[in-house]
Amino acid sequence: MTVNSANVGIVIVSHSPLVARGAADMVRQMVGNSVPLAWCGGNPAGGLGTDTGAILKAIDEAWSEAGVAIFVDLGGAETNSEMAVELSGEARASRIVICNAPIVEGAVIAAAEASGGASLAKVVATAQELSPS
Amino acid sequence: MIAVEEPRPAIDHAVLTNRLIAACRDVIATREADLCDLDRAIGDGDHGTNMRRGMDALAAESRQLAAMPLSEAMSRAGTILVMSIGGAAGPLYGTFLMELGAALRNVEAWPEALRRAVAAVARRGKSAAGEKTLLDVLYPLRDEVVRHTPLPLLAQRVQGFAEMTIDMQAMRGRASFLGERSIGHMDPGAASCALLAATICRELAEAGIE
Repeated sequence: MTVNSANVGIVIVSHSPLVARGAADMVRQMVGNSVPLAWCGGNPAGGLGTDTGAILKAIDEAWSEAGVAIFVDLGGAETNSEMAVELSGEARASRIVICNAPIVEGAVIAAAEASGGASLAKVVATAQELSPS
Repeated sequence: MIAVEEPRPAIDHAVLTNRLIAACRDVIATREADLCDLDRAIGDGDHGTNMRRGMDALAAESRQLAAMPLSEAMSRAGTILVMSIGGAAGPLYGTFLMELGAALRNVEAWPEALRRAVAAVARRGKSAAGEKTLLDVLYPLRDEVVRHTPLPLLAQRVQGFAEMTIDMQAMRGRASFLGERSIGHMDPGAASCALLAATICRELAEAGIE
């Protein structure tokens, strides 16, 4: 089965590779291969933490011309994701959003929205409804 | 006979870069456990290990960095830290060096370059003074550099800046989850920042830089 790369891509970034992979499994169960999806977790030495290089690679894997929505757990994951977005270059950076939403629920709801062909803005808005601002 | 003042030997930037990296790596390696202890009290306990990994990565590329023009070396060193530290400290310290490199490339004077770099760290961390972060060392450090405080004196003062974070309540990062319980502990980011700043000031002073 090939991934529908026309839909918005989803990236999951956790401090723990187990959390990231588990969240990605839940997304796949929901939407199959209808959205580009990638996850990463752990620091460059393999311990708990986040890795800007791995996030850049995940963005690349889940890249879609429609854009990419990133879901993060704690502060370091957000800061390292922001760094990765900046390092991915201006052309891509404008089409990547780090969502203010719970990592598991956010990723699953966003993927469901993305699987129907929704725009990046709609995908992000749907996920962010989970977090009262 | 006319007394001729001996010319000061020119500073060898390659030697200085290697020395700065080695000194920074040594101080972090020596204090790795202390930094982890500070982080364990109010965070996730890995700040020392993360910083050590960053310094080791810098040391591994020390020779290449020393061969680059200063601004380029700063930018590259920033990227190395971003890619190797693996915590929020990576983008914070990395942004500091990248911005410093960019500012020096535009031939800004040191105080102005430092001002820009500190502002970039504040933007990256979405933080401000008094929130118990490394900014509580960087802001007063910047002000002292603007006032041309002699480097040996500055090296003595920076630890005091980090100690000011003990009474602060954390507003950013994982320590903020503890609320008032974060009061009474030194911020690990401020601690590593003070260690590095003191080390750099001492090395620069020893190299004859004012």
